[in-house]
Amino acid sequence: MKKLMNRLNQGWLAFKEFYRLKVSVIFEKIGHALTHNFVVRKQGLTLVLFSFLKIKITRRRREAFYGYMFTLLWIFGYLIFTLYPMFYSLYLSFNEAYYSLETGVATTFIGFTNYLNIFRSQTLLPLFATYIGKMVISVPLIVVFSIMIAVLINNPIKLKGLWRTIFFLPVVISTGPIITELNNQNATSIPSLQDSSLILFISENLGPWIANPVEAILTSMLLILWYAGIPILIFLAGLQKVDGAIYEAASIDGASPWDRFWKITLPSIQPLISVSVIYIVVTMSLFVESGGILDLARSHMLVGAPDSNFWFGYGFAAAIAWVYFILMVIIMGIFILILRARREK
Amino acid sequence: MKIFKDPHLKTKIRKFMFGMNFVDGFIYKFIIMTLLISFSYIYLYPVLFMTVNSLMSVDDLINPGVKWIPTSLEIENYRRAIQVLELPGSVLTTTTYVLKVSISVTLSSAIIGYGFARFRFPLKNVLFVLMLATFILPSQVTMVANMVIFKNLSLMSTQKAMIYPAILGQGVNAAIYILIFYQFFKTIPTVLMESAEVDGASQFKIFTNIAVPLAIPSFLIVFLFSFVWYWNETFITSLYVGSRITLPLKLQAFRASYETLFPPGTFGSELNEAIMLAGNMLTILPLLVLYFVAQRYFVESIDRTGITGE
Repeated sequence: MKKLMNRLNQGWLAFKEFYRLKVSVIFEKIGHALTHNFVVRKQGLTLVLFSFLKIKITRRRREAFYGYMFTLLWIFGYLIFTLYPMFYSLYLSFNEAYYSLETGVATTFIGFTNYLNIFRSQTLLPLFATYIGKMVISVPLIVVFSIMIAVLINNPIKLKGLWRTIFFLPVVISTGPIITELNNQNATSIPSLQDSSLILFISENLGPWIANPVEAILTSMLLILWYAGIPILIFLAGLQKVDGAIYEAASIDGASPWDRFWKITLPSIQPLISVSVIYIVVTMSLFVESGGILDLARSHMLVGAPDSNFWFGYGFAAAIAWVYFILMVIIMGIFILILRARREK
Repeated sequence: MKIFKDPHLKTKIRKFMFGMNFVDGFIYKFIIMTLLISFSYIYLYPVLFMTVNSLMSVDDLINPGVKWIPTSLEIENYRRAIQVLELPGSVLTTTTYVLKVSISVTLSSAIIGYGFARFRFPLKNVLFVLMLATFILPSQVTMVANMVIFKNLSLMSTQKAMIYPAILGQGVNAAIYILIFYQFFKTIPTVLMESAEVDGASQFKIFTNIAVPLAIPSFLIVFLFSFVWYWNETFITSLYVGSRITLPLKLQAFRASYETLFPPGTFGSELNEAIMLAGNMLTILPLLVLYFVAQRYFVESIDRTGITGE
């Protein structure tokens, strides 16, 4: 035991000596270099760059420095994984691009051909049309539904937490494969709605152009309502911030609950409608269904042979994604413009 | 017969039905409860459908008379689904993968949100708007170029292809997480930080010793959300990491794997909907458990983003 302690002690002493003679010298040198180098040096409260550029360290500048330090992670990430890829895919969308092992991505400039090909495509164009139709019908539907639910839950009722839990559940469990499976099993429609003669009536009298989106929405009614999870919470949070005294004053003046909803509740949560519209449009658009536009973009990128007539490679995939993105932004913009126009009136 | 002689009976009934100003009456409450119950039925219908049908035998599935209560519980469905999804093991691999990504996205968005909330620096507003704009940018726009980047860095088909963007604040829905942290760190009084600064603490120390301990609820919320969203993410994961890495991806390939395990032609081994649904149930079960354990944090999340305007 004693021997071991002795050995350990000797080892520790040797390490100390080593540290004093070798390691700390290096640290000293680094420290010396930091204060005495040519590139950057600190003299009191001034930072000297290349020994002639003098920067005074003010509180403001220090704050800016730390601000950049903390956000540097994001700035780098944005440049590498978002900004550069955005421009690169924009560039690719004007090219015919294939990947080969030897040369990497081989591109040949073809102008707007990729975009024209989208508008010529027999499979893609109808998909874009149904996408727009679906957005136009289902986004207002979700907004109305989520306001309704939020107002209902906001009443003084029992088990408030339970209701919120139920209506938020889809956010947690909805994922691509499961929704596809539910769709296959016909579990996404309210049975009585689907079998109603409404669809038949519409398609007979108004034609398929409106009947198809309506039917698509009725048969996947539940899925559409599943998107309301987060908007419900947004509206609920907004409703809880409305001052109760306003309601009291209104009811003393003889306003019915109906009046109170239209005159007090709705105006006070109106600013939140645009937020939820953005959220709904984004989540609905980014959901990848098999056979949908995004899925096609992927298959154009990955699967298929370069010699096939139906495969256009990376450039075409990038063009699809860009058209989709621009459409999405346009739809969002139109909704927000309508909402703003209503508010100004 | 004394009740009917009560002279105030009429007003009592009216008060019970309509309350003082209609809102606290029985009718109003009854209507609200009915509406809520029917809406939550709509919401829970797919989940109930999945649960019940996954326990049905083939005969029950075909029989139109059986809708909600199966004649016999088929545990066999689950046994097969477990076999196909390679269950105990694949839950573990999925969890470790998702944990890696979601922890890195949580930490990085805390740092970034702190930077945006606490310091003033030139171009801050521009950067902040750009950060929020990444939320609406589909990953499909950047996927082509990102694939080339990952291929050049030889990160393709490794989990690093998801972890590196997450560390750099570009993960799935990272804008929301950064916004949650931003809103939280805004509410901490700056006096606290300034006094620590006067006492000689470095900015990094202030962040780790003062800001982080205060922000633990936000950390929990962001971690839970990123866990759930990365778990459910199938498009990017299958593209960058591999097509059978997580449980939902295994579910996507359920049919193919089932056919290799139970070759078609053998008696009683046909894939039916009940087995598919059992697979679905098993895939969402971990999330359901997580949700019911930590339900409070999920529901609080929206208040934390501050989009309702403080």
